[in-house]
Amino acid sequence: MAYSIDLGGNRYRFTDLKSLMAKATPLRSGDCLAGIAAENASERVAAQLCLAEVPLKRFLEEPLIPYESDEVTRLIIDSHNRQAFAPVSHLSVGEFRNWLLSERATTPVLQALAPGLTPEMVAAVSKIMRVQDLILVAAKCEVVTRFRNTVGLKGRMSTRLQPNHPTDDPAGVAASLLDGLLYGNGDAVLGINPATDNYHAVTRLMQLLDDVIQRYEIPTQSCVLTHVTTHLEAINRGAPVDLVFQSIAGTQAANDSFGINLAILDEAHRAALELGRGTLGNNVMYFETGQGSALSANAHQGVDQQTCEVRAYAVARRFDPFLVNTVVGFIGPEYLYDGKQIIRAGLEDHFCGKLLGVPMGCDICYTNHAEADQDDMDMLLTLLGTAGINFIMGIPGSDDIMLNYQTTSFHDALYARQVLGKKPAPEFEAWLQRMGIFDGEGRLATGNQLPAPFAHIADRL
Amino acid sequence: MTEKSSIVTENPWASLKRHTNARIGLGRVGISQPTDKQLAFQLSHALARDAVHIPLDLMRLAGELIDAGLEVIALHSRAGDRQTYLKRPDFGRRLDGDSAARLKTFAEGETASDACIVIADGLSSTAVQSHAGEMARRVDSALKAEGLSVGPVCIVEQGRVAIGDEIGELLGARLLVLLVGERPGLSSPDSLGIYYTYGPRVGLTDAARNCISNVRPAGLPLAESCERLMWLIRESQRRKLSGVTLKDESGDADALDGTGSRNFLLE
Repeated sequence: MAYSIDLGGNRYRFTDLKSLMAKATPLRSGDCLAGIAAENASERVAAQLCLAEVPLKRFLEEPLIPYESDEVTRLIIDSHNRQAFAPVSHLSVGEFRNWLLSERATTPVLQALAPGLTPEMVAAVSKIMRVQDLILVAAKCEVVTRFRNTVGLKGRMSTRLQPNHPTDDPAGVAASLLDGLLYGNGDAVLGINPATDNYHAVTRLMQLLDDVIQRYEIPTQSCVLTHVTTHLEAINRGAPVDLVFQSIAGTQAANDSFGINLAILDEAHRAALELGRGTLGNNVMYFETGQGSALSANAHQGVDQQTCEVRAYAVARRFDPFLVNTVVGFIGPEYLYDGKQIIRAGLEDHFCGKLLGVPMGCDICYTNHAEADQDDMDMLLTLLGTAGINFIMGIPGSDDIMLNYQTTSFHDALYARQVLGKKPAPEFEAWLQRMGIFDGEGRLATGNQLPAPFAHIADRL
Repeated sequence: MTEKSSIVTENPWASLKRHTNARIGLGRVGISQPTDKQLAFQLSHALARDAVHIPLDLMRLAGELIDAGLEVIALHSRAGDRQTYLKRPDFGRRLDGDSAARLKTFAEGETASDACIVIADGLSSTAVQSHAGEMARRVDSALKAEGLSVGPVCIVEQGRVAIGDEIGELLGARLLVLLVGERPGLSSPDSLGIYYTYGPRVGLTDAARNCISNVRPAGLPLAESCERLMWLIRESQRRKLSGVTLKDESGDADALDGTGSRNFLLE
C-alpha cells in the first residue's frame, strides 16, 4: 500500500510501509548506505507526518518482511497478543506517542501492554519521538529479571564486568576481574568475550569464572560469549554454563549469517533451563544486538536498521532473557557515523526494548574509526542512566584490549550511580558491603589495603 | 605531589598489571579517574585515531614478500580512498574493474592452485605493515608442507574481509586464507585477523568463515596462530567445509596451560 502527503504544494509519495518507515527515520549513515534514507530533511519530516497518521493495526496487516519467507515475521505475528493490544488498538502512531507520554501510561499499564506490541509499532513511534520522549517513557518501564540476583529494579543500575584478555590468559583475566569487583562492578554478569572459539579455551574460561563465583560466594552469574552451538556442546560435556549467549538480529537471513535460527535458540534455551543453576529465577539467556547487523550481513531486505534492530528484540523476548545488550557503537561509522547518531540510537534501542518488555542494557561504546570520543559516551551514559537502563558494561579504564574498542569503565559506572542515585542489584550490593568493598552508605571503601576476603592475594602482588 | 597523595587513592593491586595490558589499578579521586590516567587515555585515543588513517606502504610489504621468493599481485578495492572505505563497506568488499580484469587474465594463464593467500589493509595498516609479511610466509610454507599448491600473495588496498571471496573465486582456489588489519585498539594498534574459507566465492557470509583474531606478538603469537590455522585447514579439507560448523578444537586444555599462568584469585 502506498502512502502520500501534501506539504506546501509538494506531494510526497512513499511506495509502501517499509519505505515510509525508512524515510521517517532520523538520519544515520547505515540507511544512507542501504539507499533507503530520506532524500532530504523535508522528505524525512513528510514521512514522519505521514507515519504519525498510520493506525497501529496497520502493522499487523502489512508486514515489512513477508510472513511466508521470514521466521522472525512469523514469530512476531503469531505471538501477538490481541487482548494486551486492546488499550491502544484504536490509536494511530502519532496518537500512540501522546498516549505513551500521558499519565495514563503508568509502569503496570506499560508492562501489561508489552505483549500486545510488535517491534514495528514500537519502532514507528520511536521515529517521531525526541530524545526526552525516549527517556521519559523508558523511565516508566520496568523489566526485572532474575538468575542469582535481581536486575532491572527501579533505582538500580547493574554492570557486566568484562575482563577480556587478548589470549584468554587466566592471570590476566583474574587481574581485570579483581579490579572490577573491587570497583563494585559485575552484578549483571561476569562476561568474557573469548579470543577464539576454541572449545577448550572457552570451557576453561567458563570454569575460571565459575570457580571465582563459588570461592567468593558472589551473587552473580557468568557467561563466556561464544556461539550458541558451542554453549550447547559445553552443556552436553558438563561445563559450568550459567547464561547462554548469542548475537541475534531481526531478520531470518541475518540470523542465518550468524549460523542460528529460532529452533537452535530454542534447543539451547531448553538445555540451559534444565541445568537449573539460577537460584532466584529462570532467565538464562544473554543476547547481544546492534543497529546495522542485518545490513552488514546484506540481510536487511529494504528495512531500515532501527526497525531491524527492534525486530531482534522480538527474537530475544521469545526466550525470556536475563540480559539483552545493544552494542550500539561497535559496528562502526558506516552504520552510525558519529557521537550524535550513536547517542540517539542507544536511546532508541533502550526505549524500544523496554516497551516490548525486554531487559535492555547498553554497551555504550565506539570504535577508533568512528567520529566519537569519551565525551559522547559520557552523554549517552548519563542519558541512559536517567532513562533507567538495566545494565551497562564495566571494563578497566574503558579500553577493551581484546575487542579493540572503548566502552564504559568501572569508574564510569560509579559516576552514573553517584549522580543519579542508583545502586547495584540488591543481592550484589549486600555482598559488596559484606566484602568491605562498599561501606554502609554504599560508597566505595577500598583504600590502601585489600579488603579482608581478598587479603590473601597480597602475597601475589 | 604531596597534594596528590592526599587526594588520590592508589590501588594496592596495581602491580597485577604485569599480567595484562588492561588499564587496571588506575586508582581514583573520589570515584573518578585521576588526571594522569585520564590524559594517558586521551593520548592513546589520539594515536589510534591517527593510525586508522595512515596508508599501507604497499611497495615495502610487496618487496618483503618478493625478497622471500613469493610472487605478489597488487590489487585495489572499489573504495577509492579511506573516507569512501569507511562509509561504503560494500566498495571495500569488491575489486575495482582494473584489479578484477588483471586477476582474471592472470588466472587464465595459470593452473589454479589449491590455496590462495590474500592480504587486505583493513582498518589497521600498522598491523599489516608489521606482521602480514611474516604471517604470509609462514602460511605459505605450512600449506606447501601439507602438499598443497599456493598461488601468488594478493595484496589489496582499501580491502575488507569479503574481498577474499572474489579473489579466491577468480583464482579458482579451493582454500582461502585472508590476513587483515583489525580495528586498532587503544593498547593494540597492530592486531591482525586471519580468516579462513573453504570454497571461497562471492556472496558468502561470516558463517562460512573461521576467524583467528588478535594475531600479534603481544596477543596470539604468529607461530601459534599458524598452527591453529593449519588445524582448521586439515579438518576443513577432511569435512569439505568451513565456518560455524567447523569448531576449533586444536590442542587440549593442558596444552593451553603451557604458559603456567594461573588464576591467583583461587589461591
